Amino acid sequence: MMTYTPPVYPYTKPVELTGSPRHWPVIVAGAGPVGLTAAIDLAMRGIDVLVLDEDNTVSIGSRAICWSKRTLEILDRLGCGERLVRKGVSWNVGRVFFRGEQVYQFDLLPEQGHRRPSFINLQQYYVEQFLVERATELPSAELRWRHKVVGVTPREDRVTIRVATPDGEYTIHADWLIVADGSKSPIRGMLGLESEGQVFHDRFLIADIHMTSSFPAERRFWFDPPFHRNQSALLHRQADDVWRVDFQLGWDADPEEEKKPERVLPRLRAMLGEHARFDIEWASVYTFQCRRMRSFRHGRVLFAGDAAHLVSPFGARGANSGIQDVDNLGWKLELVLTGMAPERLLDSYDAERTVAADENILNSTRSTDFITPKSNVSRTFRDAALMLAKRHTFARRLVNSGRLSVPATLVDSPLNTPDGEPFAGRMMPGAPAVDAPVTGDRGEWLLDYLGDGFTLLLVTAQPPVETLLRELRALASDPISCNSVLVGAADTTAKAGELRVTDPTGMLAERYDTCPGAAYLFRPDQHVCARWRAFDLGAVRAAIVKATAQTPVAERQVA
Amino acid sequence: MTLNREPNIAAPDDFYQELIDLHRELTDEQSALVNAKLILLLANHIGDIDVLRAAMAAAREDVMAPRDEPAPTAASGP
Repeated sequence: MMTYTPPVYPYTKPVELTGSPRHWPVIVAGAGPVGLTAAIDLAMRGIDVLVLDEDNTVSIGSRAICWSKRTLEILDRLGCGERLVRKGVSWNVGRVFFRGEQVYQFDLLPEQGHRRPSFINLQQYYVEQFLVERATELPSAELRWRHKVVGVTPREDRVTIRVATPDGEYTIHADWLIVADGSKSPIRGMLGLESEGQVFHDRFLIADIHMTSSFPAERRFWFDPPFHRNQSALLHRQADDVWRVDFQLGWDADPEEEKKPERVLPRLRAMLGEHARFDIEWASVYTFQCRRMRSFRHGRVLFAGDAAHLVSPFGARGANSGIQDVDNLGWKLELVLTGMAPERLLDSYDAERTVAADENILNSTRSTDFITPKSNVSRTFRDAALMLAKRHTFARRLVNSGRLSVPATLVDSPLNTPDGEPFAGRMMPGAPAVDAPVTGDRGEWLLDYLGDGFTLLLVTAQPPVETLLRELRALASDPISCNSVLVGAADTTAKAGELRVTDPTGMLAERYDTCPGAAYLFRPDQHVCARWRAFDLGAVRAAIVKATAQTPVAERQVA
Repeated sequence: MTLNREPNIAAPDDFYQELIDLHRELTDEQSALVNAKLILLLANHIGDIDVLRAAMAAAREDVMAPRDEPAPTAASGP
């Protein structure tokens, strides 16, 4: 018996086939994790968004299973992180085996004071189901199932989209089209665009098995194990006692043969032991590629997720980076659609996310080269590193069974304001905000306070003076509003307008290298875009102008 | 730091003999593995990426036939 029954979402005959079509600010092609996240983000901003998907259910098989801390934080902002975490299996520990024995283990999150674990494992179908249910709560989002995009015509002022349904075809227009239709991206093909890169000559069998087992919730990776000689294997625990197994097969394997139960079962028995009792829920054979489109923005058509870039599965950098794409895109589209920022702000989506994609591709390619050595000498060094890793800690840093997804720090982003004063630590302009425990009205974690538009985090030693509060209120009533969060002693008298938090553990001060008076400016996607040792109203305003790609007033006058 | 190319081992003959002895009774495959482990251990000990890069480049010198020089272009003419 299967542990999961996929929902069937209803097809509805579109109004366009009976009445007049309406114009949409944003249409999203593809109701996978990336497309749905984009729709939720935009709908929460009050932007009407239509999602078109040719299917009427969620993913078949577990597919993407490892959801990173950053993904959970993004989904927290979108109101559905907790549901994933409750259903998923949290893990921080990974174990690496070489031949018959464990060579080392690692802890991905050795420090305390973070709301979310480094990863949860959860089958992609659950994630999609939860995202669909979240999107359905939002009046600005509409999901249309069995609506297949069959034509896209980009124009200067809009995108015209041809859609096929069981009742016939119709035409619809949008200001912006987000293409999240997956690795084969039919729309990318329709537009004659390519995703360029490297195909890896290897095949992997993945299987979901239902098994009650006492194995702990850890990532286990085997190089050359006795049960699968000269290849690698990976085991992950997922929700509902479903386990995910990946077996490297080699390039010469026949994918159709390897999927058959009579081939899969002996491999699983060898891995799990003769006494393990399990059922196979799903098996698939895949190859992989590392590639990306040269640009993710083509006029009013914006590519995201696998449609824009592909990586190998080692490192969980596929779906996680796709969700970071649309986290980056949502607030920019809002500002452009509301006329608050020029269209060129969307060029920064391309600039920032292609750099992130390159980082993911680099890490993923290196992992693949370690897991599947392409020459004898490469295999010799690989085995040498694994043998040394058991006794010598230095070699553990060389072993690469996947460099697990961490969000890109957008160091060279054109939206950053460079530091004027020295700061220590990782929270440089471009960095995604790292969490810290706080106390305050909105929640117990710093990230609860960031992400509602631009946010200024200001460290105050004394109760703030009236002039400062007046300036913060001025920021809040600017056309592009900036909220303030004051970090101070618990006894400062609360005033309406500004959020107050305290830093009871000192972790916030440590992680952000703050001092009394220090100010951090966060973008709506919780990335740092500027910071100062002392607050200055003009500097904050200038940084917001920069972060929204607006021409500074002075330059405009010159022009 | 730069790669030291001057004599630095006090008793070079002793070292050389021990290096060869290290591989005694090993198959070619085992020797390759021991060499790889040795390189990784020493590389970590050195640590300095500039020194390691200089050593890697020096190790490759004279091993491959030099690549053909690109033909002079018209622009570089007389």
